[in-house]
Amino acid sequence: MMSDDKKKDIDELSGVETTGHEWDGLKELNNPLPRWWVWVWVATIIWSLWYFVVYPAWPVPGGATEGSSGYTQFKELEESQAEIHARQAEYLGRFEQASFDEIMQDPALYEFAMAGGKAMFKDNCATCHGTGAEGGEGYPNLNDDDWLWGGTINDIYTTLEHGIRVAGNYDTRVSQMPAFGKEGTLSREQINEVVHYVMSLSEGHADTAGKGYQIFQDNCATCHGPDGKGDRDVGAPNLTDAIWLYGGEHEDIYYTVYNSRAGMMPAWKGRLDENTIRQLAVYVHELGGGEEMQAEEAPAEAEPDVVIEDISYETEVPADSEGEPAEDVKEQEDEH
Amino acid sequence: MNLLKNHTFLEKNSIVLLLAIIVTVLIGGIIEIIPLFRKDTVIEPVEGVRPYTPLELAGYNIYIREGCYNCHSQQIRPLRDEVARYGHYSLAAESMYDHPFQWGSKRTGPDLARVGGKYSDAWHVAHLKEPTDVVPESIMPSYEFLIKRGARLHDLQKHLKAQKAVGVPYTEDMIEMAVKDATAQASGEGRTDVSGLQERYGENVNARDFDGQPAMISEMDALIAYLQVLGTMVDFESAKGITVDGQEGEAE
Repeated sequence: MMSDDKKKDIDELSGVETTGHEWDGLKELNNPLPRWWVWVWVATIIWSLWYFVVYPAWPVPGGATEGSSGYTQFKELEESQAEIHARQAEYLGRFEQASFDEIMQDPALYEFAMAGGKAMFKDNCATCHGTGAEGGEGYPNLNDDDWLWGGTINDIYTTLEHGIRVAGNYDTRVSQMPAFGKEGTLSREQINEVVHYVMSLSEGHADTAGKGYQIFQDNCATCHGPDGKGDRDVGAPNLTDAIWLYGGEHEDIYYTVYNSRAGMMPAWKGRLDENTIRQLAVYVHELGGGEEMQAEEAPAEAEPDVVIEDISYETEVPADSEGEPAEDVKEQEDEH
Repeated sequence: MNLLKNHTFLEKNSIVLLLAIIVTVLIGGIIEIIPLFRKDTVIEPVEGVRPYTPLELAGYNIYIREGCYNCHSQQIRPLRDEVARYGHYSLAAESMYDHPFQWGSKRTGPDLARVGGKYSDAWHVAHLKEPTDVVPESIMPSYEFLIKRGARLHDLQKHLKAQKAVGVPYTEDMIEMAVKDATAQASGEGRTDVSGLQERYGENVNARDFDGQPAMISEMDALIAYLQVLGTMVDFESAKGITVDGQEGEAE
């Protein structure tokens, strides 16, 4: 190769050495790599060696190199969560201990519950119940006063924790309407009659003279009540209002009586943590349809740590927060 | 920089150049390939992860066929916002029986790593039929045809065998009973005997009519069976050595 260096061929125009290759008079210049490029290249090699030492990098017997910095993504997550926990601690400590009653009376805790509940509702509940909690076919509207399983905070909390008709959950809310047509309990004609009666019920002029009335009393009244007002212990809807979960047309109700309905809601205990579920219970209660807790209901429904001593919070709610649920709904609807 | 000037030596001696290329490629290859041989060391020792049931595997095949991974990831990264939204970050162990894995990287739709049990079967049916019916802002296309097509069950045994060949611990019994297990899972207790299925895949296996159409085992059944098991196998509360600190970003 030394022989190449000896007979250097210099390009006349640029004054740069050529490689000695020539194609029809065209010569290849032998420019060196740009220095900045070479230095960047060297720097990346040095950086990779540094990275190899400082961060987890390479499998070794019994695991992998851990890196001198001890960095892991899991630690980073813990640190960033600790930051949030510290910020929440101001409320969380009190929130955990407080009963729903106390939360409703304490403006700071109330705000905390509403803010957390609003965020978690969008992530977890809005998919079925709608971003404004307006519901849909098969998914109850949470803004109205109609509740299948009860509308006090404790009722909502129980429903959130254990869900409705969750397979394998012993505390879940369970009931099963019979499929009157499919099982042959009622004939098609009888179903038509009872549907007429149910429609008259919901329209406010119960037609007690028709055949449907007797069929209703014999077959439906056990759960829906003789007056059709429903029974929350078994999630039997009130049939005297004009609110229909699966549609209020004759054919919809016919389908319901013939095949029955059994909506299912997932259980959130375990999937969401305790405080989040409590935040959600407050948020859903405050959406518009929340009901006051009845004193005699408290021992049966309340969790052991939630003691209801005072049922007067409805009047104690801070005035500035009353309009909030409605605003939330509006705001969320505007987003779309 | 003498080396830079003497590149003519490499360029004019092909054998030396070939050796230099081999050395360079080897270094790259070793760096990239050796860690793969040691991937067992990073699979967390959690309990509960089981191979998919035949029906779930059929659903997994539909998931791949329809290209769900083009918009949905199955990988909750250890980032505060993702953990707050989806739950515990994904563990390597949770996808160790996925061949191929469905981690994905395109996050047009929500992550599905823990979608199991989050929605009801009826919701999944309504959503797959017409996503905008339940999520008005959704841009997901309709998959209504799934409910009209019978699930591909006749060659499930071969699918299980193929999975076994790449390391999924299916037993001979599981392969033998594949079609029967799939049928049992899509029918559910009350309509069929699911004890064999539960014996092979555990008590917690979801066995029911997923698509609300009892007369037929549709692709909808298979896909929903698959979706409903995603992320539900590991019980994080009882898993040891795995930090579940603040599952929702705001826990204890």
